[in-house]
Amino acid sequence: MHNPQLNKDGKLKHLLSIEGLPRAILNQILDTAESFTGVSEREVKKVPLLRGKTVCNIFFENSTRTRTTFEIAAKRLSADVLNLNVSTSSQSKGETILDTVDNLTAMHADMFVVRHSQSGAAHLIARHVAPHVHVVNAGDGRHAHPTQGLLDMFTIRRYKPDMHNLRVAIIGDVLHSRVARSEIHALTTLGVPEVRVIAPKTLLPQDVEKLGVQVYHDMRAGLKDVDVVMMLRLQNERMSGSLLPSAQEYFKCFGLTQEKLALAKPDAIVMHPGPMNRGVEIDSAVADGMQSVILPQVTYGIAVRMAVMSILAGSNDA
Amino acid sequence: MTTPLPEAEQLLTRLAEQLRPVITPATALVGIHSGGVWIMQRLLKLLDMPLAHGTLDVSFYRDDFNQRGLKPTTRPSQIPFEVEARHIILIDDVFYTGRTIRAAMNELFDYGRPANISLAVLVNRGGRELPIAPQFSACELPLPADKNLQLLQHEDGRFYLRLDDQA
Repeated sequence: MHNPQLNKDGKLKHLLSIEGLPRAILNQILDTAESFTGVSEREVKKVPLLRGKTVCNIFFENSTRTRTTFEIAAKRLSADVLNLNVSTSSQSKGETILDTVDNLTAMHADMFVVRHSQSGAAHLIARHVAPHVHVVNAGDGRHAHPTQGLLDMFTIRRYKPDMHNLRVAIIGDVLHSRVARSEIHALTTLGVPEVRVIAPKTLLPQDVEKLGVQVYHDMRAGLKDVDVVMMLRLQNERMSGSLLPSAQEYFKCFGLTQEKLALAKPDAIVMHPGPMNRGVEIDSAVADGMQSVILPQVTYGIAVRMAVMSILAGSNDA
Repeated sequence: MTTPLPEAEQLLTRLAEQLRPVITPATALVGIHSGGVWIMQRLLKLLDMPLAHGTLDVSFYRDDFNQRGLKPTTRPSQIPFEVEARHIILIDDVFYTGRTIRAAMNELFDYGRPANISLAVLVNRGGRELPIAPQFSACELPLPADKNLQLLQHEDGRFYLRLDDQA
C-alpha cells in the first residue's frame, strides 16, 4: 500500500502519524535530533537549513506549548514563521480548512504544521497540497501526535539507551489520547519488548491489545518493575457522559504518587506530555521529583521538531 | 589511471610535520566529519601536544541541502572550547570545490569569532569553485571531475586512498 508520508524514493515527505513508518526513519529522526541538541546550547542558536522557507503553524485548536516549540524549532532552522490561530479567524467566517491552506499556499508557504480537533485533518491537507509543500501533524483529534511520540522516544533513549531491554507503562486516559497512540506505535516500532497500558476500562479503546500492549487495570500491578512511567493527561474537555466518578476518585486509583512510583524500578523515569493536572493524574511531589524528566521532554521537543522539519524540507525531488 | 595513489600514511606524517611549527597555545584543531575527524585524531597523537580540538558535521550548513536533503547520518558538532580569539586549523581529507570548507567556516562563526582560520588537508585534488584554498596540504593531485577520491581505513586503522569513477 502506498504510504502518503513517503515520497517515491522512500524519504519522509509528510509526518502524519508514526503508524506505518519504518524503524529506520524513526531512528533517522532521533539521530538527527541528537545533532540539533548542540545547536540550542551554542552562542548562535541557529543553522541556515530552512533559510528562505516559510513555515505556517495552523492551529485550529489551541496549544501554547506545542505551537511555541514548533515556532522555536522553525526559527532555529532560520525559517520564517507564521502563526495562525484559525479558531479565532477565518473559520468563524465559514472558510473551509482547504480554503485556508490554498490561501497560504498562494502566499508561498513551504510547510504546514497543523493541529486540529478532527482526526485525519492533517492527512486531508497532505493529500491536497502541491508536491513541494510538506505537512506536519501537530495533533489531530484522538488520532495521532507524532512529534510528541518522537520526542518521548528521544527522551527515553537519552536516559535508557538500550530500548530493546525496557519495560514501559503508559498510564491514564488512553481512550482520548492521540499521544498514547503515537507512543505505542513508536515504542513497538523501535523494538521495546514490553509496553503496558494502565487505565480503567472506561478509558481504554476497544481492542487496545491488538496494538501489542499488555493491559492492566490495577496500577500497582502494572507499575511493578517498569523502567519508564509515561503519564497521560486526563482530558476533561473531551469527556462526555460519566466515564469517571470524580477527579479525586481517579487520583486515588490512577494518580501517580511517590508511594506507587516506588513499585517501579528505583531508577525509573517519569514522563508527562503536559499540560499536567496536578493532583489528578500526577502528584506534585512526583512531577517535581528526582525521577521526573518532564522538563527535559520539553527541551528535547525542540531538537526533535527541528529534525522533523529539516528532514521533510530535504525530501524534495531534485 | 596508471599512476599509483600516494600512501595516505606517509601523507599524514608529512602533514603533521608541516603543522608542527605553526602550533601555539592558542591553536585548536577542528576535524570535519568524517575523514577530517579521523585525520585530526591521528594528528593529535603524532604531534603529541595537549591541543584543544573539536569536530564539525557541516550537514546543516551545506549549500546543496535543497538538492540532496540531509544525509541519513548526521553527527553532533562538538566544539568544546572557546572559539573567540583562537587560531583554528580546519582539517579535512580531500580538498575539492571548497564548499564544505565554506560551510564549516559559517558554522565555526556561529560559535564565536576566531582570530584566524587555516586549512590543512591530506590531498588537494584541484577544482575549487570558491576563493578558498588549503594553507597546508601533504599532496597536490589534480583529478578530473568524473573521479571520486576517498580516504578509507583498513581494519587495523591504517589509512588508504581510493579512486573511483563518479557514480
